Amino acid sequence: MSKKFLTIALSAALGLTATAVQAQTLDDVKARGHVLCGVTEGVPGFSNPDQNNNWVGLEVDYCRALGAAVFDDPDAVRYVPLTSAARFESLGNGNVDVLSRTTTWTMTRDTDLGLSFVGTMFYDGQGFVVRNADGITSAAELDGAAVCVESGTTTELNLADYAAANGLEIDTVVFVTRSEVVQAYLDGRCDAYTTDSSAIAAERTEFPDPSAHTILPEIISKEPLGPVVRAGDPQWFNIARWTYFALLNAEELGVTQANVDDMLGSENPEIRRLLGVEGDFGGPIGLTADWAYRIIKHIGNYGEAYDRHVGPSTPLALARGLNALWTDGGIQYAPPIR
Amino acid sequence: MPDKSVPIETQPARVPAQANSAFYNDPRFRAFIYQGLLVVGVVALFWWLASNAQQNLAAQNKQTGFAFLDQPAGFGISFSLIPFDRASSYLQVYFVGILNTLLVASIGIVLATMLGFVIGIARLSSNFLIRQFAAIYVETIRNMPLLLQLLFWYFLMLNALPAVRNAITLPFGIALHQRGLNLPALVPDDRFIFLAVAIVVAVIAGLVFRRWSLKQIENTGRRRPVWLPMLAIIIVPIFLVYFISGTRIAFDFPELRGFNFRGGFTAPPELTALVLGLVVYTAAFIAEIVRAGIQSVSHGQTEAASALGLKEGDRLRLVIVPQAMRVIIPPLTSQYLNLTKNSSLGAAIGFPELVNVYVGTALNQSGRAIEIIGMAMLVYLTFSLTTSIVMNWYNSRVALVER
Repeated sequence: MSKKFLTIALSAALGLTATAVQAQTLDDVKARGHVLCGVTEGVPGFSNPDQNNNWVGLEVDYCRALGAAVFDDPDAVRYVPLTSAARFESLGNGNVDVLSRTTTWTMTRDTDLGLSFVGTMFYDGQGFVVRNADGITSAAELDGAAVCVESGTTTELNLADYAAANGLEIDTVVFVTRSEVVQAYLDGRCDAYTTDSSAIAAERTEFPDPSAHTILPEIISKEPLGPVVRAGDPQWFNIARWTYFALLNAEELGVTQANVDDMLGSENPEIRRLLGVEGDFGGPIGLTADWAYRIIKHIGNYGEAYDRHVGPSTPLALARGLNALWTDGGIQYAPPIR
Repeated sequence: MPDKSVPIETQPARVPAQANSAFYNDPRFRAFIYQGLLVVGVVALFWWLASNAQQNLAAQNKQTGFAFLDQPAGFGISFSLIPFDRASSYLQVYFVGILNTLLVASIGIVLATMLGFVIGIARLSSNFLIRQFAAIYVETIRNMPLLLQLLFWYFLMLNALPAVRNAITLPFGIALHQRGLNLPALVPDDRFIFLAVAIVVAVIAGLVFRRWSLKQIENTGRRRPVWLPMLAIIIVPIFLVYFISGTRIAFDFPELRGFNFRGGFTAPPELTALVLGLVVYTAAFIAEIVRAGIQSVSHGQTEAASALGLKEGDRLRLVIVPQAMRVIIPPLTSQYLNLTKNSSLGAAIGFPELVNVYVGTALNQSGRAIEIIGMAMLVYLTFSLTTSIVMNWYNSRVALVER
């Protein structure tokens, strides 16, 4: 009898393990009633709390789009601020369902860490910001400089690569949180601060005197920033990926938050498929047929989100550049919904 | 006093098992079974955790193992005692972290002990000002979280010291500024090894001589010079070897070039702030331990020492402190262990100690969480156990010898 009990206990323990790992994220999310979204500790334009302590930004809008697609409610999202150093463990452990926090897509991260990158929400590159008083005009003049950088980032690696490739002797000063990096730079610990150039533009808007700092012209790396999910759950991966594609396709087809209801009556088959009037594309990924309609109704399309948070009319004033649609000379391109 | 009384029987008399009681009612058998079950339970728990972790990692498609240690790390480290660049391996990152942690811990333990003893003795001073100052120091420092104090020292250092171009400069290229303290570095040549060996041998010889002469004084009761001959034994051979070997000692002086001082040895502000914060914090606890130790020695000992005609300094050194030490050492060991472990807070102010470079950056870039955290824990465990062993050895030396 005791032997039987032991067998049952063991198989129960192992069975528990198996379910814990292979649980469907979508089922968990639905049971919980909200999406858990890992964001930055505060990067203006990307994910940052506003005056009312609501998270806003381009990457926050992506999380809201997920909430809209699953629950028809963009507010069905809880935000978890994560340091660069903690983000992947948090995602891997299931503390968040998706990571939408200026994370660079690299091969190691995509293949070796049990993660899957969804797409490139923002094409970025690494830049430097320096004090005007130092009179530097190019990153090549940074020989001997102390450079502040965030721990556990691709920027830390790129900086070492750039220094080695250009024969520069650079003193790398590493901190864990972004606020510490910025504070140390402002307090004069470093001659330069380096990270993704969009984040530098964002941080500079919050410097005490933004005009006393210059962003150097060099972009020393490719930084494709995008949302990340755990590997091994194809359904949730597809939801995450096609939410991003829906935002792009909506912009390409001219569907906006304002005209989405009118567009329901459109004769264009591509628009009809996008909005779920024709065919059911939500079913195979565990959502309703109007999943993309919900996203656009609540969030708008990619271009609207871009202009709202980081575009030329915002303090960040980032031109679309590479992030324009392929039809406008950029490289944002989504496969068709059909 | 020899004990003449009859030794007390410590073993209880064996009670023969009653014929009609079953073996499982035997308390010894039961104790054996319970302990066996506990061991099995603990082993099973860890086996379950390990297999769980293995299964989960496999399901997440995560790579495991220690092969990553040979891979190039690819990032830079601002302060390292061994040569390090972006092509160095993760294993070298590990060593850089260990050495930096050791550096902070060893400097911190020495300085905290010195400051702690001074403050602890000051708390017992008959001078009102000194006593009150020491009390305020202890009560202020030990009641604030260490992390807060480290951030305070660090940002104070960044804001209170001048910028690099306005550095406070002293002769020999010594410069103090917000990015650290630059000192000239010794550049040894091939023959420097002779001098190094001579220094070690001479210092050991000097210490042996000191011990021998102190013993002579104790045995014969006759005063004889100790310090001057000892200094001579140390210094003369060093100079002889220096001239005979013909080694040339060169210095690398720091020099302001471009953005920063280059050359020489640079102690970054992170190191200074970390050591300062740990020393100030731990010294407050050591001070209380020292005070408690001294107060544990009864006043009669002081009076007896005075009656023997010992001076105030000798009273402390020969009578009070040796007796206080046996009370001081065990809690002092805990403080040393605390200081070593607290050095991991250096990650918060950007000092590249083990937790910052290895558990932080290296873990993130390689994704080997379990392996890396395990290796880091092993380091702290080794440091702490070593400190404990040394302090226990010292404790057994100073412990009260009961006769």
